Amino acid sequence: MSTARAFVTRTLLPEALDIIREVADVTVWPEETPPSVEELRRHCGDADGILTTIMDRVDADLLDAAPRLRAISQLAVGLDNVDVAEATRRGIPVGYTPGVLAKSTADLAMALLLGAARRTSESERWLRGGGWQIQFHPTHWLGQDVHEACLGIVGLGQIGREIAKRAGGFDMDIVYHSRTRYPDAEAEHGLRYAEFPDLLAQADFVVLSVPLTPQTHHLISGPQLAMMKPSAILINVSRGPVVDPAALYEALRDGQIARAALDVTSPEPIAVDDPLLTLDNLVITPHIGSAALPTRLNTMKLAARNLVAGLKGEPM
Amino acid sequence: MIATSPNLKAISVVGVGYDHVHVETCRERGIAVGHTPGILSDTTADMTMALLLATARNIVPAYNHVQVSKQWKYYDPNILWGTDVHHATLGIVGMGRIGHAVAKRARAFDMRVLYYKRERRPDWEEELGVEYVTFENLLEVSDFVTLHVPLTEETTHLIGEAELALMKKTAILVNIARGPVVDHYALYDALKQGQIAGAAVDVTEPEPINTDHPLLSLDNVIVAPHLGSATVQTRMKMATMAMENLLAGLKGEQLPYGVLQPNFPR
Repeated sequence: MSTARAFVTRTLLPEALDIIREVADVTVWPEETPPSVEELRRHCGDADGILTTIMDRVDADLLDAAPRLRAISQLAVGLDNVDVAEATRRGIPVGYTPGVLAKSTADLAMALLLGAARRTSESERWLRGGGWQIQFHPTHWLGQDVHEACLGIVGLGQIGREIAKRAGGFDMDIVYHSRTRYPDAEAEHGLRYAEFPDLLAQADFVVLSVPLTPQTHHLISGPQLAMMKPSAILINVSRGPVVDPAALYEALRDGQIARAALDVTSPEPIAVDDPLLTLDNLVITPHIGSAALPTRLNTMKLAARNLVAGLKGEPM
Repeated sequence: MIATSPNLKAISVVGVGYDHVHVETCRERGIAVGHTPGILSDTTADMTMALLLATARNIVPAYNHVQVSKQWKYYDPNILWGTDVHHATLGIVGMGRIGHAVAKRARAFDMRVLYYKRERRPDWEEELGVEYVTFENLLEVSDFVTLHVPLTEETTHLIGEAELALMKKTAILVNIARGPVVDHYALYDALKQGQIAGAAVDVTEPEPINTDHPLLSLDNVIVAPHLGSATVQTRMKMATMAMENLLAGLKGEQLPYGVLQPNFPR
């Protein structure tokens, strides 16, 4: 049997590539920019397995161009760029990387939440620009207390639960909303369940950790932002389109909510002339949810092992 | 200043630290001194975690990349890699109320938490799951070192060249205590030479720090303008306590939160 061929759409750490090299000839996309649709089709043409990121659209068209494909491994938890139903219909298993990056993403959610609460990025920029002339001023740069504040978690998957755990260390009053109730998580982390409008009305901090589906598209739009407190802070570590960017811009501009921090935007990257970039009360990070060591290496290794399993016909 | 204020009866500090008040002179003159302990411990611990997480996960460089220099052109999974906070080791130097609150938060991230202080607290070890170590050991093994000591003669330049040399090359230093606890020029050298990976400070020497201070030329340093207690809620509480102290001092009564109680002839 000839050696399998694997196409990897972005550079990985050598340790992870070596795992795939044990069972396949590996072609790695060498550029920093992701492959275009045509380049992706071309490289998948003779591939038995592919390792993808969220930038790669894996749809029926691509699968048509990849007749030998028998394994897809995504370096992420979210799979909204992959037509999983279509792949399954064609008997191609799809792997993803749950668990391993939930903790790091929760760390980032807390970093964004605390940074927004205490205005770290804004005040640093002001300081470096020469703003700090008086040592202590009682009302400069006042932020919001995180301890004992009300946190609303929307979507209680693995990342939502990890966020709940961390918030417990700050004695936060934690309320959550999701399609299903989780009495076990309520007991373990001291959470309260709430209907979505109630969560929005109560929360000092709202964190979004839902997958992107047709139901969660623009889950946060004008009406939802209007339900939130004027002092509230919105954090998005899920997917950009969960939030309506035009509505968010107006809400932040007009003080309907106080601040926001987004690790994901719609589109990604955000256009340099997007009005959101003119706001002082917004922090945007470029989708770095799990960009930390050692987790990034562990995620790459898991995706590599998933691909190897798929190529061998074993469960991912 | 006290010499030129012959009628001064009470000094009410809005804050916990009173190293800027010459307490001996106040004692001699019978001037009451109050401060605002306790209520800013949690807010300061929140800020400690904000700085620790911001440095660990490159929040400020990320914000600059997107919003200041506007360089975000495509999704790149290989930029702005930080350090995992979960399961990392945190070393707390000086564990009073603020250190205790930091330890509690850190444990919720599954951090391994070590501490050093002059008097061991086995009860806190049990309560929080923290481990007592020597100062040197803490510096050698911690991924994050955070300082929560008051400023005294002993703690001035507690962190200097020798201490920075003991730390891991991947370590991050957080200082929310007082600027002079850290030798800033040694810190600059250590960061420049890669002896430690990064630092986040809420306090500097002097304050305010000059914009051409060498530390500000580094991009692996976050500096906050002394915001440890800067929240709406806590400043309100501090103002209220300080006012209660002041009123009591003026009336010659017991200060609710006194460093030196009134010593007026009856």
